[in-house]
Amino acid sequence: MLEAIRDAIGTAMSADDRVMVLGQDVGKFGGIFRATDGLLAKFGEKRVVDMPLAEGVIVGSALGLALSGLRPIAEIQFLGFAQQAFHQIVQQVARMRYRSRGRFAASMVIRAPFGGGGRTPELHSDAIEALFTQAQGLKVIAPSNPHDAKGMLLRAIRDPDPVLFCEPLRGYRLARGEVSSGPYEVDIDKAKVVRDGKDVTLIAWSAAVNLALQAADVLLTEGTEATVVDVRSLLPLDVDTLVAAVKRTGRCVVIHEAPLTAGFGAEIVATLANEAFYSLEAPIERVTAPDAPYPLSAAELMFIPNVERVVAATRQTLEAQ
Amino acid sequence: MSGTRPEAQFPYRGDPTPPFRFLEPNGTLLEGSVSPLDDEQTLSALRLMMLSRAFDQRGISLHRQGRFGTFSPVMGQEASVVGSAFALDPSRDWIVPQYRELPAYLHQGLPLEQFILYFNGHPAGGTIPDGVRLLPIQISLAAQLPHAVGLAWGLQLQNIDGVVLTYFGDGASSEGDFHEACNLAGIVKAPVIFFLQNNGWAISIPRAKQSGARTLAERAPGYGFDGVVVDGNDLLAVYEVTKTAVDRARRGLGPTLIESQTYRLGAHNTSDDPTRYVASDVVNTWKEFDPILRVQRYLAVRGRWNEDTASDFQSEISGVIDQALIAANSVPAPTTKDLFKHTYAELTERQVRQLRAHASSAKQPEIA
Repeated sequence: MLEAIRDAIGTAMSADDRVMVLGQDVGKFGGIFRATDGLLAKFGEKRVVDMPLAEGVIVGSALGLALSGLRPIAEIQFLGFAQQAFHQIVQQVARMRYRSRGRFAASMVIRAPFGGGGRTPELHSDAIEALFTQAQGLKVIAPSNPHDAKGMLLRAIRDPDPVLFCEPLRGYRLARGEVSSGPYEVDIDKAKVVRDGKDVTLIAWSAAVNLALQAADVLLTEGTEATVVDVRSLLPLDVDTLVAAVKRTGRCVVIHEAPLTAGFGAEIVATLANEAFYSLEAPIERVTAPDAPYPLSAAELMFIPNVERVVAATRQTLEAQ
Repeated sequence: MSGTRPEAQFPYRGDPTPPFRFLEPNGTLLEGSVSPLDDEQTLSALRLMMLSRAFDQRGISLHRQGRFGTFSPVMGQEASVVGSAFALDPSRDWIVPQYRELPAYLHQGLPLEQFILYFNGHPAGGTIPDGVRLLPIQISLAAQLPHAVGLAWGLQLQNIDGVVLTYFGDGASSEGDFHEACNLAGIVKAPVIFFLQNNGWAISIPRAKQSGARTLAERAPGYGFDGVVVDGNDLLAVYEVTKTAVDRARRGLGPTLIESQTYRLGAHNTSDDPTRYVASDVVNTWKEFDPILRVQRYLAVRGRWNEDTASDFQSEISGVIDQALIAANSVPAPTTKDLFKHTYAELTERQVRQLRAHASSAKQPEIA
């Protein structure tokens, strides 16, 4: 996964002189996860910039850089820390096009890993992606695998609108897969059916997609065929793909790492309840973190969803009459 | 290592430098000073100051009649705004505004009717015509400062000739964005001018409650660049100080923080009632320092200002405001399309569906 992200940034920087990277430790150190490793040596310190430790001005100055004609990629070390730049992302970056009636566009990408399971210190693992999905004007995307990560990042860098690119912390090294070496793009407004099955639809994004796929393997041994949909883009949401998948199976489980209440699953379930209501044969289940703060790491495996909970919730929806 | 006395690490810093000044309040040029603006330029700056004052008065009156939205008058700060804007070259320099700087936007090329539309609440009011180097009005205090630094830094990285001047107030200088922006600007030596209008008030909070610093400009050395204090009611001094900072930025010498010490003669905005927290004799004292009177007195001594010129200016300005109001009022009322337009480069599928549903169910009331 990390290699795919690094590849995408390097590919974009080679193709377009305007693309630059800024963030904490992105230079000599190559990023705390090495997502920008080698870029400083290749592109120089005007295009790979180590920033002072201040998320607000990393994002806010990236907006100014974008207005000057450059294509900044701002790295925030953990999405939880993006809360220190919340007003810049939600109020400023997302609205620049709207406020200027189209004169100025914040054509920029903000990258940040999120989610748990990495045994990180406190406040590093929060899955707060839903907080950004009310920022109309922003695109919020969360790939689950290396192929999509590279293609969606390349597409995001070229996008005229600002993109919050949420990377799966747990997937950095766990998510493996073939990645084409050349430049290619993957849509950033489309969900994808990554596994077909007639009995139930599992909906997830980012690291939770892998959970859904593992759960589908387990369910298959019990004779249940599950469809798995990778949402990929939360904002905008590809409603049609989700509705079509749920209509085919009549049963649905939504999985995410954020706590239940007002997690992005709530939006998906409400949408399905409205648009797929007459196809539903059972209440939609949600498998999420509990409504509690993200715990210190020794307790995190009890907190985030796991395969067993996904399988159990799926059985429940299958048993409902 | 030297010194057994730690007091040596707490040096006496000396008194702050008094504000830079060219013109006495009575309009006399200080001895030894040479005006940086010739009489024609001074008249043109005065016209813009008077236009700003006249617009404030008209706007307040229209607001009372319910015919204009809530806005923040410039009143009292005209020299500060116009003097600084005049130091820029609108064909290459940028202004990143707060919201209390109307004459600077006009100098930069924004049509007055655009400003009227904005404060009348019309979505099209945010439009900035192509070629006008001005970002949208910023309601969120100090949020524009990081943008100004990024923009200036981006111009510098691309070797594009241009300096960025950003406006904000004494209240906004307490925000974290101020610190973060100054800090970055000092590191990358961005060609940016932080133009801090210290008008004494953040709605009802006086300057003394914003910061324990003796002057707001003396924070600048902590970020690695210079801070200067100027008499913000002196057109010539504001122009000269800003011009110096702009020239330095253009030569690659980096940012400057200018604290323009001025005074808000009016209200925070048209919904505010300053009589609850400002003593009237304080305001009356400041009226003696009215920046417009100061320029008029200066020009009168030079034989360039009398009752006839004053009346010519007033009637020309009145006509300009009339025309702008007519132009703004002739813009068609917003439609449901305007609710969605420009959120993204293209509407999302969901927005398209919502627009369809909304257009058939929501009735737009008449705009007064």
